[in-house]
Amino acid sequence: MKKALLQFLKTMLSSARDLAPIALVIAFFQIFVLQQPIPNFEAMVIGSIFVVVGLTFFIYGLEMGLFPIGESMAFSFARKGNVAWLLIFAFALGFGTTVAEPALIAVTKKAARIAAQGGVIEVTDAAIKQYALGLKFTVAISVGLAAVIGVLRIIKGWPIQWLILGGYALVVMMTTIAPKEIIGIAYDSGGVTTSTITVPLMTALGIGLASSIKGRNPMLDGFGLIALASLSPMIFVMGYGMLY
Amino acid sequence: MDLIIQLISHFVTTFFHTIIDVIPIASIIFGFQYFVIRKKIPNLKRVLAGFFYVIIGLALFLQGLEDALFPIGKMMAAQLTDPHFILHTTAEIQQGMEIHWSKYYWVYIFAFTIGFSTTIAEPSLLAVAIKANEVSGGTIGIWGLRIAVAIGVAFGISLGSWRIVTGLPLHWFIISGYVIVIFQTLYSPKMIIALAYDSGGVTTSTVTVPIVAALGLGLATNVAGRSPLLDGFGLIAFASLFPIISVLAYAQLSEWYGKRNKKKEALEIESK
Repeated sequence: MKKALLQFLKTMLSSARDLAPIALVIAFFQIFVLQQPIPNFEAMVIGSIFVVVGLTFFIYGLEMGLFPIGESMAFSFARKGNVAWLLIFAFALGFGTTVAEPALIAVTKKAARIAAQGGVIEVTDAAIKQYALGLKFTVAISVGLAAVIGVLRIIKGWPIQWLILGGYALVVMMTTIAPKEIIGIAYDSGGVTTSTITVPLMTALGIGLASSIKGRNPMLDGFGLIALASLSPMIFVMGYGMLY
Repeated sequence: MDLIIQLISHFVTTFFHTIIDVIPIASIIFGFQYFVIRKKIPNLKRVLAGFFYVIIGLALFLQGLEDALFPIGKMMAAQLTDPHFILHTTAEIQQGMEIHWSKYYWVYIFAFTIGFSTTIAEPSLLAVAIKANEVSGGTIGIWGLRIAVAIGVAFGISLGSWRIVTGLPLHWFIISGYVIVIFQTLYSPKMIIALAYDSGGVTTSTVTVPIVAALGLGLATNVAGRSPLLDGFGLIAFASLFPIISVLAYAQLSEWYGKRNKKKEALEIESK
């Protein structure tokens, strides 16, 4: 018990250290550049304590819950040897975590407003809503497919660079023909799909698979799922913009 | 007293929001575990406790960010991009002169420092760094990776801000970035490639996105000739491309350094 508490305190200390640079940057700009007092100082201090404690709990729970379950599932799937179920699981994980992502919902709403302004769709609430919903599902499906391809890659041992560089080539080609308004959103949508819970789970899944399949190296083959999950939405969103 | 009640009620809302966010993921995991794998989860109690900690931690973290960092970060982004701050006098604004991009230097410095510091605090990057350290047997340091990624984000966001100010097309930058990544991939140690690609996606989650988005919006609103709807985008893309370059560069540098040291040692032994 004492040991656990000590460990917790240690994690908390390093969380505080992780947060210190942000506080320094804000204080520097506020005092020296903008030359204004820090508003709501009290709320800021309390909020910072929340962040430190929250980060501590998160890291603690990560190593207790998310990492082990991701890896144990990867092991079980590998031992069962049922590739179809594994791929369905990968798709569900990619799709399910993306469709609920708040950052994505915000981006799709903005994208719909741009489309309405640009005259792509009618300027009615219904049309905007439909466009946003379609875009959200497009991105979620693309992340699901990326997870499927990523898992297949680990099983087959394809080198990641060919997939990524091929993806880049596709992005570049599509950029030249996609409507101009959608490009910025498409590029950004790659970054917003990977949330704080998805990343550890996907990483654990990839590494678990790479370490339980013979001939795969966890360092070479275990990573790469996140990369694919942040590349495929760019392609799909541009495609959506072209078809709509 | 009011503050405490407000804090608690806010926390309860954030807590429930976080639970709702986690439910789809949890149901996929437990659904597959029980219906497809059909095996008991090893250390079920521990795993459940872990999930509970993750939810509590994330809720606290998000609320803290919303209460403390986001308002001030957004306010600062708006103030720093305000023409009144950049020109110091109202006379120049009234003349309607176009502001030279170099006058925005505080914006670039802010973009660099805030990009760096928020990336260091990013929980998903820490998660990946912990795993990479474990898998590589300690060759990849947790701090080495985090700092390399943070430098990439910092550079990317300041370059992205400069792009918004100058109005150059986004895809030029992204495509040139891709070309750099392709060349680096050819000459990088194989071990690092997958991890480097991944570090592009992990940087932009909870902490970085809101502040960076506010910066982009502030710039696009205040710079003449930019539309907040069109030009506010693109910073996230910069923040997820440049870490790939910086992590690959970090690996190349450390490999080169290692080789040079070995050569030196060999020479020293020979000369003896």
